[in-house]
Amino acid sequence: MLLKGKVWKFGDDISTDLIAPGRFYHLRSQLNEFAKHVMEDADPSFASKVQPGDFIVGGKNFGLGSSREHAPLIIKMAGVSAVMAKSFARIFYRNAINVGLPVLICDTDQLEAGEELEVDLEKGLIRNLNKGITLDFKPLPKVMINILEDGGLVAHIEKHKDFKLD
Amino acid sequence: MGQTLAEKIISEHVNRKVTAGETVLTPVDLCLLQDGTAPLAIRQISKLGLEKVFNPKRVVFFIDHASPSPRKELSNDHAFIREFAKKTGAQLSDIGGGISHQVINEFYVNPGDILIGADSHTCTGGALCAFATGMGSSDVAIGMALGKTWFRIPETYRIVVKGEFPFGVYAKDLILYLIGIIGADGATYKALEFCGDTIEKMPMHDRLTLSNMAVESGAKVGLIAADKTTRKFLQKMGRGNKYREIRPDSDAVYERVIEIDVSKLEPQISFPHTVDNTKPLSQANGTRIQQVFLGTCTNGRLEDLEIFYNIIKGKKRNPQTRVIITPASRTIYMQAAERGYLTEFVRFGAEVLMPGCGPCVGVHGGIPSDGENILSTMNRNFKGRMGNPESFIYLASPAVCAATALKGEVADPREFLPRAKHTKRSPARKSATSKSKAKSKGSKTKKIKKRKR
Repeated sequence: MLLKGKVWKFGDDISTDLIAPGRFYHLRSQLNEFAKHVMEDADPSFASKVQPGDFIVGGKNFGLGSSREHAPLIIKMAGVSAVMAKSFARIFYRNAINVGLPVLICDTDQLEAGEELEVDLEKGLIRNLNKGITLDFKPLPKVMINILEDGGLVAHIEKHKDFKLD
Repeated sequence: MGQTLAEKIISEHVNRKVTAGETVLTPVDLCLLQDGTAPLAIRQISKLGLEKVFNPKRVVFFIDHASPSPRKELSNDHAFIREFAKKTGAQLSDIGGGISHQVINEFYVNPGDILIGADSHTCTGGALCAFATGMGSSDVAIGMALGKTWFRIPETYRIVVKGEFPFGVYAKDLILYLIGIIGADGATYKALEFCGDTIEKMPMHDRLTLSNMAVESGAKVGLIAADKTTRKFLQKMGRGNKYREIRPDSDAVYERVIEIDVSKLEPQISFPHTVDNTKPLSQANGTRIQQVFLGTCTNGRLEDLEIFYNIIKGKKRNPQTRVIITPASRTIYMQAAERGYLTEFVRFGAEVLMPGCGPCVGVHGGIPSDGENILSTMNRNFKGRMGNPESFIYLASPAVCAATALKGEVADPREFLPRAKHTKRSPARKSATSKSKAKSKGSKTKKIKKRKR
């Protein structure tokens, strides 16, 4: 699968409170409305300007904090095709895969706001079209590749009637 | 080769000896969901036509985050959860019951259990030696329907704690200090295992505080061996028959060993906006605080309320500082009422809310205004955590919160603690050093060893 879009750059420690603020708690059962506030406390203009296919690029420990799966879910609903970071918090990472949002661990210092990227998920490559450089990202564990390829955990269980580890 | 607690508990479930790094499919014993994560979980399994629970006695829904409901949207979420629980026969802890992580440990968690919870602080159950970990709605939804999940067995950091706590220093100070050392992502995907003389002597309410905050270092679980303290707690809660001793093997392999001597620790405080931004309390002395919040799954237990009570009893609250208190569960609420703590809190001018998560999740019950400083016993101080990204959250022990409520600015509890009473209740603290002696040495206590696997 080839993903294409531009970079939205964020710093270290982007918590789930910044991604999916608690003050919109009441919108958890109206995700289309919640998605209009995605990343609001990190960048208030993000939700209105992000284009389908764009990438969120963070620093270290992206997604730390609560277990709210709504965080990767509303990122995906906003049209973001993948999140890249130097490292991810454990629960966010697993949740993102479970909702079918690719999360890529790579050297995000090489990526600047507004740059155009092309991501080849199979080959594990990120091409920076502005700088003409290619980055690779850490491959996912097999079980997560299976879940992501099936389109998330629910689709995975529907297909295999169980978890498929290898 | 010996096993860590994490390896041991999972091995028992999969009927073979597993080691860190392996990926396994394992049965689960207990599932926890709360009102913020349950509606999505229920919708996820509804898509599969799997609207069932693997064991109605071991799947527990909690309405604690927005309790009681402040908005009609949330009222409808609550109704949706109640209906599902009724349909499946799953357990329901409704409004007023308390915070999931307190209630589940009071009534459900047993040593050696695997508990998965759709809430990041599910790791609190590690204090009872349960492999208890937070996950998202989809994972817990599938887990509660099929009774199983997949895990990668985590490597373990062994946290060896020695020494007696000085006067006015508590488990909360220890865990804030430890997270300051490890960093907010320093233990990502690892298990923490707390051990050493201090942990062996530590009462259950303090152990729960430690395990609760394991996730703030990125850890998957925060385990403590099941021992006589665990047995005593289970007996008190009416399920002494569920006790069994579980200890790591003496030749278990640890990725990292961190040793801490608490006898030289001073009170700690985490500055906004990350939990690992921990400093000795003295560095925050004098910071104006507009709101103090005592409660949460970290420090809303009876002993925490008692510490606060002992400091503020008969004294006057600083009129510039509002105080909000939420006992962590109904059980604690009733005990605090019987002991007269609640009456004294109300006299003091505090607002005592029903048991629940309240202000900690930014939904209701004390959202700060722009520019305000909050001092809290919470486990998180992320920007916007309490519902306003323009406010500043500091984290500390219940004692620091009490001293601060008196002074209106961050204050050292050792100035206010009734020394005699404290000594009587906690014999371990009778050798407390003088204030000046205890104050200066905190930064020298860290001693980190690394071992190669």
